[in-house]
Amino acid sequence: MKEIIQKVRNLSVGFKSQKGHEISILKNITTNIKKGETVGIVGESGSGKSTLALAMMGYVKQGLFTMEGECIFNSSNLLAMGNRDLEKIRGRKIAMIPQNAGQSLTPNLKIGYQIDEALKLHTNLSKNERDKKISELLNKVRLPSPETIALRYPHELSGGQQQRVAVGMALAGNPDLLLLDEPTTGLDVTTQAHVLELLNFIAKDTGTSMVYVSHDLGAIAQVSDRIIVMYSGEIVLEGPARDILKQPIHPYTYGLLKSIPKLSLAGLPDSMPGSQPQPGAKTKGCSFYDRCNLAEDKCKKNSPNLEYVSELKTSVRCFNYKKIIEKKSEKQSNIKRNEKNIKINEILNLTDVSISYAKQKLLDQILNKITDTNPTVKDINININKGETLALVGESGSGKSTILKSIAGLLRTKEGSIKFDQGRVLSNDLKKRNSSDLRAIQLIFQNPDESLNPNHTVEEILAQPLKLYFGLSGEELKKNIIELLEKVRLGKFYMTRYPRQLSGGEKQRVAVARAFAAKPDIILCDEVTSALDVSVQAAVLNLLQKLKEDFGTTYVFVSHDLAVVRAISDRVAVLYQGRLCEIGPSKNVYKFPSHPYTEVLLGAVLEPDPDIKPKLVAEDIVEDKPPEKGCCFQGRCPRILGDKCKNETPPWQIGDNGNAIKCHINIKDLEKKQNGN
Amino acid sequence: MLFLIIKRILLGLITLFIVSLITFVGTEILPGDACTTYLEREAYGAALEACYKRLGLDIPAYERYLSWAYNVIQGDFGYSLSGQMPINEVLGPRIKNSMVLASAAIIIGIPLALVLGIVTALWRDKLPDITISTITIFAMTIPEFISATLLILIVAIWLQWLPGIVIVPTDVTFFELLPNIILPVISIAMIMTAHMARMVRSSVIQVMATDYVQMAILKGVPYWKMVFKHVLPNALLPAINVVALTIAWLLGGVVVTEVVFNYPGLGRLVIESISNRDLPTVQALAIILASIYVSINLIADLMTLMLNPRLKSLQIRK
Repeated sequence: MKEIIQKVRNLSVGFKSQKGHEISILKNITTNIKKGETVGIVGESGSGKSTLALAMMGYVKQGLFTMEGECIFNSSNLLAMGNRDLEKIRGRKIAMIPQNAGQSLTPNLKIGYQIDEALKLHTNLSKNERDKKISELLNKVRLPSPETIALRYPHELSGGQQQRVAVGMALAGNPDLLLLDEPTTGLDVTTQAHVLELLNFIAKDTGTSMVYVSHDLGAIAQVSDRIIVMYSGEIVLEGPARDILKQPIHPYTYGLLKSIPKLSLAGLPDSMPGSQPQPGAKTKGCSFYDRCNLAEDKCKKNSPNLEYVSELKTSVRCFNYKKIIEKKSEKQSNIKRNEKNIKINEILNLTDVSISYAKQKLLDQILNKITDTNPTVKDINININKGETLALVGESGSGKSTILKSIAGLLRTKEGSIKFDQGRVLSNDLKKRNSSDLRAIQLIFQNPDESLNPNHTVEEILAQPLKLYFGLSGEELKKNIIELLEKVRLGKFYMTRYPRQLSGGEKQRVAVARAFAAKPDIILCDEVTSALDVSVQAAVLNLLQKLKEDFGTTYVFVSHDLAVVRAISDRVAVLYQGRLCEIGPSKNVYKFPSHPYTEVLLGAVLEPDPDIKPKLVAEDIVEDKPPEKGCCFQGRCPRILGDKCKNETPPWQIGDNGNAIKCHINIKDLEKKQNGN
Repeated sequence: MLFLIIKRILLGLITLFIVSLITFVGTEILPGDACTTYLEREAYGAALEACYKRLGLDIPAYERYLSWAYNVIQGDFGYSLSGQMPINEVLGPRIKNSMVLASAAIIIGIPLALVLGIVTALWRDKLPDITISTITIFAMTIPEFISATLLILIVAIWLQWLPGIVIVPTDVTFFELLPNIILPVISIAMIMTAHMARMVRSSVIQVMATDYVQMAILKGVPYWKMVFKHVLPNALLPAINVVALTIAWLLGGVVVTEVVFNYPGLGRLVIESISNRDLPTVQALAIILASIYVSINLIADLMTLMLNPRLKSLQIRK
């Protein structure tokens, strides 16, 4: 048995409500962290996982307080310690790697200084030794030319580089325990896979224990030895990572795993109804009762205890876990999408579209001279059929949202044309589009918090498009609003609510309802599920699919998540640096042969399965600008041929599967090479 | 960087040009002119003609503007009507006196505001914050003319510690002036300090809640080191612009306070020359006040630019 380095004993953390009640957000947590092991803490937002990780450093956020229990490190309780003593432990014995490194590095201090600060506090090295150590640390986290990085300010680095700096800074004090709070959330897929690989390497190399907090079971699966699943401030499942992922015996974890879209499976994942109860809302019974399909009367009255199941080495908080063990033979069977009603009936066509963010100089504008020869988005040729879902996929900076905005008319195209409805060219000036064209194309945004006016009730939000496009009023308006709410499975009583009174998933449903209120032909979805928890994501995806089938709407679906795209789309277009790399039916794009960039992206996807490891085939370099000539992917391509790729724009090649690839490598050779891997 | 500074200075000059145009046009449109005001009841016939000729009012307005602007660029504001002497001579001591008043208020006010703001933010919702915040909100809400009057009543009349009204010649030395400026400085500094302290407080509180401050704590950085290295530089950066606005706004406060205390500065000159319809002086004052305003904001912008690494590298990259 390995030595235990941190003991959490019966820990409850909470806050005082305005009425003076004590409301707990962590309830009686007891767990141990052993030397050298990596523990993954997983849960949806609001489950208390970050609060738990912070408490392990003796830190309780402002407004919260420890109600009972202790966090014991080196035989002393961190939560009862004074600041002076904690300063000696934080950064030296226990270090934190934060979620958003960009915001966690002090903006006015250079990278070198911030690492030096940690070294000064926690080591006795001289100035020269520290300088050497800074380079060493930056080298260890695989940052190129450490000396120059040390002289930069945080904002001068890319997201992945900032995250590496944060890892390096945490390693400065040679800690025994590393706490990682969503360290890869917000990074691009390929960067995320690289950072995870680095963390795995560090865990092996230094023997440091790690606590990895994340909502992403895919990431957790790649790093953890043991997994703790949290729900509503409680541990509901705890055990060895492999067992938890292969055979989750708590209904919540079972549902959670089923709601994650997977690359290998077409169709939509199962969704879990409902949402996590608000802190303090539930006083008796199981906190998962409302959403559980195994719930019985006793679950409503009594809360189950965490029970150790010795044959599985797992602790579970459920009366009925045996029923789930019986269900294990049941394979994941995704809901089949209805693909029949797609006919070749073009509704939207983008021809040679290019978009530039560069401002033209006044003189050039007068002379009508095109100065920007290398626009952000270039040569986009896409046609979309009625009733189809076309997905645009790519990492940040790939131009996918830019294209969406120009279809909506929010951004002017520089060249090329966007044709709608039997080849009629849409003006690139929003003001020149007529009301019916504006109505026909609707947009749903990524973050419903920002796209819904916080001072309007749901009724007012939904009334606006109905009044604007159809001139409805009075009873008829109200009837239509109720109908819309029912379509997105929200009750009539939501009408009087404000966005802040809704959960994330409910808000996005209202946003979906608002888009459908205009009875549009095309809906542009910009990362609509990225801000949502997995179980809610599955529900929104299912809703979108249902509505599409009912109304025959066409979707243009932008996402960075290849698994989500696999689940919902009929066709996929892969973009890199504003240029098309590959386009084809989604069932074929996910098969080989692929464009080398698609191959890189697919390799980096994290699946919630410890047996599927990401394949890192390309460096995660960040390119500021697309190359002036040649192939757009030349800078990172693992299969680059040489000068040809650098100088000549690659041709389109069409594979047997119907997917088109823009690459110099012969498509047959590409297939052989990729299947060889 | 240099390009940016030049651009900002040019913009400032354009602002000044527009201000000069507006004041000039404004004084043209108003009924009556310098001569009718100056001559009062004798403003007719030959005397008026002679006055027009003497002041050059008989030539077209745009020509007058051009020659006036030409002289202003060379530093000559013309001739004061009421003082019967060159405006430059009238302005000199007045500017000095107002500068003394304003700088005293700034020298006392800014450090005090910083300390109060930081203390209230760090001890948020504790006793020091509650006490100081109550006082600052109180100080913010009382206008200068009331606080000035109250100060005169209490300190000068009841306690008889300091002179209540400044009765000194315009060209006194600094040390003779000193006891006279204490009360005016207090009444100006009060509102300004209160405003700035509130601003500094909210800025510090905002930065204290950021991820990077939490990170510094979790890194084991001792509290005061964290405050001075991680919090203050980032909290005071946005404060610079607000301080500049407050100082610029102080100009208005100075006018009121100078009148209440009968202080021989620019502010009182503004009121005097307006009531005397001494239009050349009014124009000169408008230009001077506008240039102070523009230059303070320019300095603040440039300071923010120099101190904020984010903006600095942005400029260099371009």
